[in-house]
Amino acid sequence: MSLRSAGYPRAGLFGLLGLAFSYALVSSIRALYGWDPVVDGEAVARVAMLAVPLFMLVGFGLFDYWFYWAAGKPTRPEDHSGHGAFSWRDYFRPNTDHKVIGIQYTVTSFVFLFIGGLLAMLMRAELAQPGRQFVDADTYNGLFSVHASILIFLFIIPVFAGLANFVLPLMIGAPDMAFPRLNALSYWLLPLAGTMMLLSFFAPGGSFATGWTAYAPLSETSPIGQEFFTIGVQFAGASSIATALNFLVTIITMRAPGMSFFRMPLLVWANFSTSLLVVIATPFIAASQFFILLDRALGFRYFDAALGGDVLMYQHVFWFYSHPAVYIMMLPGFGIISEIIAVKARKPIFGYRMMAFSLLAIVVLGFTVWAHHMFVSGMQSWIRIPMMITTAVIAVPTGIKIFSWCATLWRGVLRLDTPMLFALGFLTMFTLGGISGVMFAMIPIDIHTSDTYFVVAHIHYVLFGGSVFTILAGVYYWFPKMTGRMYDESLGKLHFWLTFVFFNLSFGPMHLIGVKGMPRRVYDYSEAFAGWNLMITISSLCLGLSFLVFAYNIVASWRGGPRAAANPWRALTLEWQVSSPPPVFNFDHIPTVVGGPYEYGTPGAVHGVFKGGARVEQPAGAAVEPSSRE
Amino acid sequence: MAAREEDTPIQHRQKDRAAVLPMVLIVVVSATTGVILGLLIDWFPTPASTQADPIDTLWDVLIIASVPIFVGVQAFVLYCVWRFRMRPGQELQDGPPIHGNTTLEVVWTVIPAVLILGLCAYSFFILEDIEEAKANEMRINVTGQQFTWTFEYPKSVTGGKPIRSAQLYVPEDRPVHFYVKSQDVLHDFWVPAWRMKIDAVPGIETKVRMTPNRLGRYSIVCAELCGIGHAYMRQTANVVSQEDFDEWLRSKQQRGGTAGGGAAGGEEIDGKTIFTEGNGESTACGACHALADAGTNATTGPNLDKVLPGMTPEQIREAIVDPNKEIEEGFGEGIMPDNFEQLLTPEELDALVKYLDEVRK
Repeated sequence: MSLRSAGYPRAGLFGLLGLAFSYALVSSIRALYGWDPVVDGEAVARVAMLAVPLFMLVGFGLFDYWFYWAAGKPTRPEDHSGHGAFSWRDYFRPNTDHKVIGIQYTVTSFVFLFIGGLLAMLMRAELAQPGRQFVDADTYNGLFSVHASILIFLFIIPVFAGLANFVLPLMIGAPDMAFPRLNALSYWLLPLAGTMMLLSFFAPGGSFATGWTAYAPLSETSPIGQEFFTIGVQFAGASSIATALNFLVTIITMRAPGMSFFRMPLLVWANFSTSLLVVIATPFIAASQFFILLDRALGFRYFDAALGGDVLMYQHVFWFYSHPAVYIMMLPGFGIISEIIAVKARKPIFGYRMMAFSLLAIVVLGFTVWAHHMFVSGMQSWIRIPMMITTAVIAVPTGIKIFSWCATLWRGVLRLDTPMLFALGFLTMFTLGGISGVMFAMIPIDIHTSDTYFVVAHIHYVLFGGSVFTILAGVYYWFPKMTGRMYDESLGKLHFWLTFVFFNLSFGPMHLIGVKGMPRRVYDYSEAFAGWNLMITISSLCLGLSFLVFAYNIVASWRGGPRAAANPWRALTLEWQVSSPPPVFNFDHIPTVVGGPYEYGTPGAVHGVFKGGARVEQPAGAAVEPSSRE
Repeated sequence: MAAREEDTPIQHRQKDRAAVLPMVLIVVVSATTGVILGLLIDWFPTPASTQADPIDTLWDVLIIASVPIFVGVQAFVLYCVWRFRMRPGQELQDGPPIHGNTTLEVVWTVIPAVLILGLCAYSFFILEDIEEAKANEMRINVTGQQFTWTFEYPKSVTGGKPIRSAQLYVPEDRPVHFYVKSQDVLHDFWVPAWRMKIDAVPGIETKVRMTPNRLGRYSIVCAELCGIGHAYMRQTANVVSQEDFDEWLRSKQQRGGTAGGGAAGGEEIDGKTIFTEGNGESTACGACHALADAGTNATTGPNLDKVLPGMTPEQIREAIVDPNKEIEEGFGEGIMPDNFEQLLTPEELDALVKYLDEVRK
């Protein structure tokens, strides 16, 4: 172990250097200005929150290559020695192999899922009855704020990036992502961002407690814990942007010969669309949080109404990211579902091109609806009308997708195994979330229901019934490919049914109590809602416990499940044409793509052919005779 | 990889037709059942304003338009699961290679689009209706602060000096135009029974119209997270007859209206009543504090049966007018409003302190 070579000891050392740097910088500036006290704990903490993670990443070796290059020293050309993981320890080191990074991403995100879920169970325990049960109001506000922030920024967004990291290069016939070092850096930003958000619980004055929306001016007057969110989001956002750029370049430049855009699997289309959203929108949340940081740290008064600041501007900038973020959290799931439904129904995706175009339509429309979060915010009232129309119209491309998946089921041969159950669970539950979304678009309904439990119900039907179900479907579907082992099918089905039932019992009644008048983000509530809340609490605790089945199944199967075949689902997409887990460099021979990805039902159809492989058969799908379009 | 059956296209079509009819029947029956159930649910709190009826009607229309899509998808998926599930012996079979159907795709793009635009148009008219300015509007200024609302009745209403109150009194059937402001952070002024809400935003004045049309007492709820006491930022809206409203205004004016104007006449002030009911302007102590003698058992603030013993009258007074100076263990700073010195007259404050000093012993 040397402190001079990259690794944990050097990262620790650099972290301490970062802390010393923060002390020195802040104290010397304060001394020069003659401010008292010279050592200001909060000011140092602020700078340290930005500096220490960056110093640690440098110490960890993630910038070594670029530093050598910038200094004019001989760089170490990529010899791929960092590829592959041969023991569990390899997952705890920087690695440039997209498959290793994919697993790092996915596992880390699931750790944050369990933490975020535990926070939710604490919240529900507090809400079991009116009045105070376990925690005080400030802690409660912290619980729901950290719950939402962790699950949005450290689970849903990165877990999709993780799954796609693993399967997307395989799916397009590429040996890796376009920028492997950037890929590694994107991943290692995440644990830092998540740790920072969780550490806020130990900050003086408690964790950030202003919701994941961090509306000004409340977020400017709250204790220092707020800044763990303000700055943590910057790291999560940087990770997101870097990954999205990586996906865009990979998809545009690294497709195998013959892989035209309209032969790409829909998962690739979905991640292409998502990445467009991420690179355009994410800088806006970075800006919104920098405004807060500048106000808090340097007194810039962006949002201080008394000095001419504009409180509504925060909401506009925040939602200009955070509404597209809803699609960032959903479109990759649409991709996963398209893969699973085609394979498990043994039929081509119905209306492939419309599925791809509807993704792009959602990308474009997604940028025109942000102010529907602000119908009661006091902004100019005329802007509500166009926002209502664009919001409602997004239901059209989304509806096209739902109906096309339904039509794909028609006359298929449905394999009702765990991935398919979760996919069908998504199809039904997401429809409800989409419909309550259309209801919210209608301004008179929104005026009554905004900031109520109806919102809580809606967002959980979209993000849990929608996104989380697609994530679970994807994890079960690609588990054999990622680990080389089969999961336990009965435990998987048990997990599905427990989750599906308790999900509905937890979040279904929230629609009703919301419309009845229970506001969200409240630590205490009227006696009238006591019965429903007790039932919701019991159901949500069971919902949390149902994930133990999942955890046991995954851990036990990964350690000792039966070996998985290369293609247990008889799928046509390229990732299934290589061994499970795939070879270190993905393909011994880069495949040539000769047809569409979903030519199920056509005898002898293939998607790609491998040089020297035995699978050179009649190309299909490229020219399907008109009679088969019924 | 074998196709499911070696059918000719004609055989496909016949089988299609055999499955389509039961599917359509099941979808239609379950969608209808779903709509009926959706309409039977008692969704809203008691309607108490003229805005409530149009909004509740719009809700019913949305139920009728959207539940069939939700239930229809459920029924369709369940039917497919039952009808097309893989049976033993079909492990290697595929479905027919259907890639799409242009007519169907046009249909399920155009019909939802038309439906949605229709709903938007209808919502627009409802919105115009509920936000319409009416003759004879009464203006009330609402100010949000952590964690209480203050209502100010301007000269145009009182005919004399403006009146401030922590309780909202409005006459039945009189359109009210609320002008909402905030002193500190965002709040949201919401009366669920009236269906309308608007944010209180620092630096700007927001407005919302409501016409209460049913006598009674309704909750005023803060709907925008405003900090530690957000859940307790609740007051009562009293809808009374025009005569009672005039009477209330008169009594407020006699009391001097705004803070510290001196008590009216030699009437004995009962500290216990102030504790349990407030003085008509202030919130009641008993809304948040438990006190056995007053019969209150709320848990928001410290239990007074426990904290009062050992306090001097001076300390009790200070705890009321400057509650954040000393905070009881386990309770957060800034939850109790610090405006009681303004809302209670000196005589009322004296009476309250005297009462609390007595029950302490």
